[in-house]
Amino acid sequence: MKKINLPLDENTIESLSAGDSVLISGQMFTSRDAGHKRLVAMIEKDEKLPIDIKGHTVYYVGPCPKKEGQVIGSCGPTTSGRCDAYTPLLLQKGLKGMVGKGWRNEKVIEEMKKQKAVYFAAVGGAGALYADCVKEAKLIAFEDLGAEALYLLTVKDFPAIVAVDSKGNSVYQK
Amino acid sequence: MRKINTEKIYAAVKEMALHCCCNVDEGTLNLLQKAEEREICPAAKFALQTIIKSDLKAAEQNVPACQDTGMAVIFLDVGQDVFLEGEFVEDAINRSIMEAYEEGFFRKSVLDPLTRVNTKTNLPAVIHTSITKGDKVKVSFLAKGFGSENMSRVYMLTPSQGMEGIIDSVVETVKYAGSNPCPPVVIGVGIGGTFEKAAIMSKRALLREANSVNEDETLSQLEKTLLEKINETDVGAQGFGGNNTCLAIYAEKYPTHLAGLPLAINVQCHSVRHMTKEI
Repeated sequence: MKKINLPLDENTIESLSAGDSVLISGQMFTSRDAGHKRLVAMIEKDEKLPIDIKGHTVYYVGPCPKKEGQVIGSCGPTTSGRCDAYTPLLLQKGLKGMVGKGWRNEKVIEEMKKQKAVYFAAVGGAGALYADCVKEAKLIAFEDLGAEALYLLTVKDFPAIVAVDSKGNSVYQK
Repeated sequence: MRKINTEKIYAAVKEMALHCCCNVDEGTLNLLQKAEEREICPAAKFALQTIIKSDLKAAEQNVPACQDTGMAVIFLDVGQDVFLEGEFVEDAINRSIMEAYEEGFFRKSVLDPLTRVNTKTNLPAVIHTSITKGDKVKVSFLAKGFGSENMSRVYMLTPSQGMEGIIDSVVETVKYAGSNPCPPVVIGVGIGGTFEKAAIMSKRALLREANSVNEDETLSQLEKTLLEKINETDVGAQGFGGNNTCLAIYAEKYPTHLAGLPLAINVQCHSVRHMTKEI
């Protein structure tokens, strides 16, 4: 299994092919349906985002509340497709990596090719395992969204598959 | 007449909810392990191994197997010789769900469908109550995640579409769902009745014990055929390909109108979390 580090650099992005299994380490921010809606609204109004998404990686997740002694509650990926409507704009603003589950639409894949970005599929339902990969979780914004708040996560050896690479090849293509 | 205080139902539901969200159904876990052993597609094998590892870790650490701890679905079968006393039974059930989701550190995912404002308690539960024979109460808890619920469908087939139409529709539903419902999936099928009867049957079918054989021979055969055909779709675990798209099919039927053939397909992810208790 290939070990890769975040933020993703050009060489790493270039080297990843759909179907590769990887262990991801570094920082990613969390966001899903409601959070994306806000980020896009802020971009459209030219407001400063709570996090600089340039070169960053997003994880589509809505974790469980954490127990005492835990860094984060169970936190497997959610369906990425629900963020597809917002994703092209975020890619244009410099987003380089996405982690979630399930296929993406054509518009997202086209923009990924243009901007040279990668989409990783984490394993849906493996919430307990992913919680153990998160070493630090820091609340950044949108606290009122509860499970959908924006956190900055530091992960170590987070298992995933390259689902769509920067050339647009997809593990879901048959 | 047997008196049962609803406090007993409260205690049973709370215990089941706390247990189920952290412990994937053992029979289903067994099916996952068998799937992993025979899987040859590398990405799908990786997915199955990760799922099994995570499920075992969840049980060991007593944390939710999946962060989507679902909307709570309750099937309450009350014997007609039972007199329920104490708190209103639906209030007792809702109280147990509220407490279990708080104390278990489960995610509260329930909100108003239009304003999207979260109730912050995971309430209300969806409660299906039936009157049955006897003096017992049977209560089942199912934590239903929505990655899979969103991929469920109801078809109002025409009688001429018959068995072939049923098979094609179920296979089409799973294929269309692709990677979204977290395959390998479990499928509940409700055939006949009316529009809503079919849907409720398909949900109740999900409570069946893993690996159990359908007592109805026609349905048993249908389940085998569907399992085979779905596993030929190459959707595979997590949509990564391979021949483990579906772990099990559970079908139920009910007489229907001569003009129709309702068919409901309730999709369930691999994180099967349900339990039944009798009081």
